[in-house]
Amino acid sequence: MSPLLLIMIPLLSAIAVAFAPRGMAFRFATISTLITLVVSLIFASDFEHWYDDGFGLVTELQWLPSIGASFDMHADGPAMWLVLLSTVLMPICVIGSKTAIKERVREYYAWLLVLEAAMLGVFLAKNLLFFYVSFEFTLIPMYFLIAGWGGSNRASASIKFFLYTFTGSMLTLAGLAYVAWRFADASGGWSFDIPALTAFASADLSATEQFWVMMAMLAGFAVKVPLFPVHTWLPLAHTEAPTAGSVVLAGVLLKLGTYGLFRFVLPMTPEGVVQAVPAIGALATIGVVYGALICWVQEDVKKLVAYSSVSHLGFCVLGLFALNPSGLQGSILYMINHGLSTGALFLLIGMVYERYHTRDMNRLGGLVANMPIWSAFMIFFVLSSLAVPGLNGFVSEFLCLIGAFSATPDNAQWPGLLGPWYAVFAGTGMILAAMYLLYLTGRLVWGPFRAPPADKNSGLPTDLSSREIGLLLPLALMCVWLGVQPSGLMRTLEPSVERTLAAYPELVPAQVESVAVVEEVNGG
Amino acid sequence: MGDRLDGLVPEMMLLALAVGVAVLGLSKARSIRRVVPLLTAGGLFVAAWLAWGGKDLPPESAGFLAPSLAASLRSMIAGVGGVLALVASGTVDRRFEHDVESGRMLFEPLRASRGEFYAFMLLSITGAMLVASASDLIWLFLALELTSLPTYVMVVMGRAGRRGAEASIKYFFLGAMATAMFLYGFALVYGGTGSMQLVDIAEIVASRRNLEGLDMVSTAGFLLALLGVGYKLAAAPLHLYAMDVYEGASASVTAFLGFVPKAAGTIAFMVLLQTAGGESLPAMVVTLIWMLAVLTMSLGNMAALQQTSAKRLFGGSSIAHSGYLLIGLLAGPGEGWAATTFYLLVYGLMNTGVFAVLTALERRGSEVEQVSDLGALRHHHPALGWSLVACSGSLMGFPPLLGFVAKVWLFLAAVQSGHIALVVIAAINSAAGAWYYLRMMGMPLLGAEPSEPVEAAPSPWPARAAIAIGVLLLVVPFFADDLMVQTREAAAAAVMVLGN
Repeated sequence: MSPLLLIMIPLLSAIAVAFAPRGMAFRFATISTLITLVVSLIFASDFEHWYDDGFGLVTELQWLPSIGASFDMHADGPAMWLVLLSTVLMPICVIGSKTAIKERVREYYAWLLVLEAAMLGVFLAKNLLFFYVSFEFTLIPMYFLIAGWGGSNRASASIKFFLYTFTGSMLTLAGLAYVAWRFADASGGWSFDIPALTAFASADLSATEQFWVMMAMLAGFAVKVPLFPVHTWLPLAHTEAPTAGSVVLAGVLLKLGTYGLFRFVLPMTPEGVVQAVPAIGALATIGVVYGALICWVQEDVKKLVAYSSVSHLGFCVLGLFALNPSGLQGSILYMINHGLSTGALFLLIGMVYERYHTRDMNRLGGLVANMPIWSAFMIFFVLSSLAVPGLNGFVSEFLCLIGAFSATPDNAQWPGLLGPWYAVFAGTGMILAAMYLLYLTGRLVWGPFRAPPADKNSGLPTDLSSREIGLLLPLALMCVWLGVQPSGLMRTLEPSVERTLAAYPELVPAQVESVAVVEEVNGG
Repeated sequence: MGDRLDGLVPEMMLLALAVGVAVLGLSKARSIRRVVPLLTAGGLFVAAWLAWGGKDLPPESAGFLAPSLAASLRSMIAGVGGVLALVASGTVDRRFEHDVESGRMLFEPLRASRGEFYAFMLLSITGAMLVASASDLIWLFLALELTSLPTYVMVVMGRAGRRGAEASIKYFFLGAMATAMFLYGFALVYGGTGSMQLVDIAEIVASRRNLEGLDMVSTAGFLLALLGVGYKLAAAPLHLYAMDVYEGASASVTAFLGFVPKAAGTIAFMVLLQTAGGESLPAMVVTLIWMLAVLTMSLGNMAALQQTSAKRLFGGSSIAHSGYLLIGLLAGPGEGWAATTFYLLVYGLMNTGVFAVLTALERRGSEVEQVSDLGALRHHHPALGWSLVACSGSLMGFPPLLGFVAKVWLFLAAVQSGHIALVVIAAINSAAGAWYYLRMMGMPLLGAEPSEPVEAAPSPWPARAAIAIGVLLLVVPFFADDLMVQTREAAAAAVMVLGN
């Protein structure tokens, strides 16, 4: 079985769905995403490189050899987990849209499936141009999902989303073109093979070159993450997107940015990274605290969860730039956990919205009286999101912080360039998260019941239907599993993480020294 | 001379066809008159095929550019020209033909202009193809003029009434000024080097640069010539006419103006740059083109940003794309010009596709021009709506459409030649361009219905051309490698010729 299936199944079924009879679109899309899920599970169970740093699922497919483009694919442990995250979330998104989407159904599901194909392309690509094509192509379906089925402010939200990301990634393309040219210069032909380019760039580019290439890549990836201060597209896009759109956006699309940082920035431009770690660490920390503070004053539930993503992804970036295994493992685990918890929160909010057509906290309250099951799930995922020990969020958030904390220059095994202060400041984000999330639960779940009249036409029961419970239950089970038993997953991340970090134990002390020298010269 | 004529068979065929078409257009039989556009298109496709065969000609029967590069350029112009002829079908003399058909009027050869229109079209395309075969400055000048002069007339013919005339006059006077500029430049080059033959000039330029640097007179000549030819490309600072003229002309003529003169200008740039040193250009020439490129793409994109008229919007887009073409030209013979040639072809298709969509639509017999008129297009004309989406996305450079492949190649070539800052500026410009291209992608799919519905134009050909181009833009990227390899080989030959 070729891993190409993972991309072709959603892509071909997107076409099928677009031309299917109207009534069949939902069923087609559900079946297709479930098949993709099964296929990805089969690939995962056959995957041979869970416990070493090799790449599996290697496939070659020519595209444009004259400029080095191909559709080659591969995957390592982290990539496989993110593939699984995408294939798990997609059926949930599709099934979750059953009652919410009533207009232009075929088109809607077709775009969702195209989106799935593009996301899987990002995680599986072995060729940089293939990666770039997939990375960019996630924009189009998302643009149409927001602009076609979004809230009242959808036009500006979708345009802002598109332009922000497109602008960043154009610069990324320029940076990648530079690396490819230097590689072509040295080896005599265009190639965009990721392992080859990564090895070449980290070894043969000068520190200045690596710095600028890193900046170019950051331009694309930081917007996608989103890192403070280029996060401003996110709340709008999240709030206006239809529920499934928000779930995919938070669950997977944001991870494209952190995945890009992990897969390209860290291993490709280590000498650039060591120069920028303190600055990026500071931006990530500011993002954590700033995002959390903004959450606290939101009236719109969905916007609150959207801003909480800014805060959470700050932890994720902080972990990545801790440059030690615990930070990186925590960060990748965080990508998965955030996808599950925040995805579930968006689903829950969507369920309330379908019933009461409001997301305003001032108009909603005491829902436990009417919707006990919903409230139970809400409390559960809020706890998971604020990293209560025993649930998934805790392990990853803790590891990110430990990573940042121990990332001091004098750390013997894994010297880093962050340190306790970064961890302490980011740690306040945890406290703030507890405050805004519990405040949210307090307003929505407890207190006297208040809600606008329920929509009689929605065809939904007062509390959750079995379909909706069926969507949330698997997510909840995974949250518990990852909270109780994260070590299995962590072990599969270790080899790739250590490969990614291979260059740093030597580079970091050198960087510390050179900074000291510069300071001495300036001081003298 | 006999050798030279061997290399010009397609052009001679097109000239003969131009005469034939002019006569057939006056025929009393309506069926013959109707066949004129198809005949023109067919002739152009045959010429494209013949010109492609010219790759293997010996160098003595080609002009200054290497035969293989010239052959691919000529073939491309004729090929896209054929599509342009199809797009224009049914637009010229429409009212007149309608009146004749319904018996309100008798056919009068004096009032018929269809034959002439297509004859002029063929002449202009022939001119553009001849630019690629230029061997001396006179030839280059005449070929450029042959490209331009018919277009002035076509602008008036394509659209009856004041707006066409106004556009034509603007286009003509500014064109005349540009011609004066590059003619003066040619004169200075002749004065500086003492030769009209491009080969001799190139040798003199090369030998002088090795000794004491190129003299001021020749340098000034090259600079003026490039600036003047920049008008054909709609390159800044002579870009201001473009949006007015594009808006004033009928959509099918605008499609023509967006490609044929631009192709002629691009090729003239190649000829002049090859003469001025090819891979090692004088520093002032490099600076000039660098600035032209930056100005052209930035001003073009800025001008397009806030347009409400679709024609003006794509006029701005066309200016911006000239800026991208200049980047490729600056990247030098070899990889740079290969990428430029490929980009020119892809741009020709995308631009023609966009205007083909506009030509294929109408409202109460008059052209559809506003962006808002295209709202919700896919509900009424799904294929046209999606074609517009594909063309706009491709112009934006959105992966995996053909425009993306062309743009990546262009960027790679420019990085390879060391113009990294230029690539970064182009990347930012592409992002700025995304703003209005996105509008054009969203409009047909999600836009509000226009107040009055748009209808399909009577001739089926523009719509067919638009749909075919939309499909090509989506499919060709996956099979473009052969084409790219051949383009690269053709351009590599240009470097070898220069080497002697």
